[in-house]
Amino acid sequence: MDLILEGLVKAFQLLASLDPEVLGIAMLSLKVSGLATLVSLVIGIGCGTLIALTRFPGKKVLVSLVNTGMGLPPVVVGLFVSILLWRNGPLGFMELLYTPAAIIIAQSVIATPIVMGITIAAMQQLPASLRLQILALGATRTQLVWMLIKEARLPLMAGVMAGFGGVISEVGASIMVGGNVKGYTRVLTTATVMETGRGNFDIAIALSLILLLFCFVINYILTHIQQRERPR
Amino acid sequence: MKQLQRVLFVMLSCFILSAIALVPSSWSAQPQQKNLILATTTSTQDSGLLDVLIPIFEKQTGYFVKTISVGSGQAMKMGEKGEADVLLVHSPEAEKAFMGQGFGVNRKLVMHNDFLLLGPANDPAKIRGSKSAAEALKKIAQSGSLFLSRGDNSGTHAKEKGLWKVAGIAPEGQKWFQETGLGMGETLNVAAEKHGYLIADRGTYLALNKKRHLGLEILVSGEPKLLNIYHVIEVNPAKWPKVNTPGAKAFSDFMVSAPTQTLISHFGTKEFGSPLFFPDAGKPE
Repeated sequence: MDLILEGLVKAFQLLASLDPEVLGIAMLSLKVSGLATLVSLVIGIGCGTLIALTRFPGKKVLVSLVNTGMGLPPVVVGLFVSILLWRNGPLGFMELLYTPAAIIIAQSVIATPIVMGITIAAMQQLPASLRLQILALGATRTQLVWMLIKEARLPLMAGVMAGFGGVISEVGASIMVGGNVKGYTRVLTTATVMETGRGNFDIAIALSLILLLFCFVINYILTHIQQRERPR
Repeated sequence: MKQLQRVLFVMLSCFILSAIALVPSSWSAQPQQKNLILATTTSTQDSGLLDVLIPIFEKQTGYFVKTISVGSGQAMKMGEKGEADVLLVHSPEAEKAFMGQGFGVNRKLVMHNDFLLLGPANDPAKIRGSKSAAEALKKIAQSGSLFLSRGDNSGTHAKEKGLWKVAGIAPEGQKWFQETGLGMGETLNVAAEKHGYLIADRGTYLALNKKRHLGLEILVSGEPKLLNIYHVIEVNPAKWPKVNTPGAKAFSDFMVSAPTQTLISHFGTKEFGSPLFFPDAGKPE
């Protein structure tokens, strides 16, 4: 019990004193996972909409693959991304392993199927008559897609939250492709693992609290946007 | 089929485009020569030694060190594949094999401390006062007391295996023998929680026990077989041209230089009352 209490006290001290190292780790986490979510949004919503709105043979297989990808284990992604990025590997010339960019790539791979799967589901839930209605009003193809995305924005926002929540709390891929390099690729989750191994439970608790705080604040903002206009 | 192709094409191009657009160029590695990948054991990081030494090295030389803290076994695997430039490891037998196969050059002695056989204070296997670690391990096996092994091919794991061999026991698969597959710090935590025996290096044990009372006591120590010796090895660039040879050499020289050796000898004395590592540079093996 003492440990938890001491940990909490220490956590608040670190937070209150704006410890530069802890702050740096927190900001890096936010940047890396934020960018990865952004990448996954562009790909996930783009491709998800395309898949949902078109008909082609093999669609069921593709959608099943995307849905499977929603549960892609981060360590598996980490392993494959690091094999690809090894400096003597196929993409080694880019020299990306153990950089923040490598973490963004791995996290994008994790988040993209999540966003894509939710996008497909959201788009397919829209009534089919809506499309006809929009087209009947003389909308172009681009306008149609844009209208549909706007119409499905509530479930899409859930996709953003799921994607971001998935990557900011993920540790397996970050530690494998990022290497937990101090002041460079050390993010909240990898730092928590390391500090626990070092027996610095107070710092580990502080980092965990920041992580929880981030998740809450981001989700609160997104939920706020999502609920701003209740569906009628 | 055309449609499927189109979908796949758009998916791929979306991915590549956004990956290129969104990755700030400053985040994709600095010029190669500036980056130095140090693959090392968990004990040097978990004890905090590298946090003291690396910033000094970076300031002196301008290199940017990426410390990848894994077990000694994995560190050497990274060296074999040319995925690391320099190694700081403590698994002498495996290191000799590594050198013998031509994967490394300039293996230099850096420092030592020792391994300890730790266990719960009530000592269910009655190993306290055993003449040797091997004898103690025999008692642990006979009494069937829980033993936690690193199980991760690290230097400590190699030492464990060597000692079990001396004891003439094959512990793998026994009920009382559990492999954590984790680093030294984490394995100490597991042993503390489960009241098990384990072999740990003195540095990590002292550092961790100071922060959190582990409830584990030193039961056997001080035997020559329990010495824990650290070497620095430069990865052989002949096999992997991308290896940062000048950086590796600079780091190796830094580790055995007089000021660094003094720092090592003082590291931890203030906090723990005794040094965690003993400098050895230039001494015969």
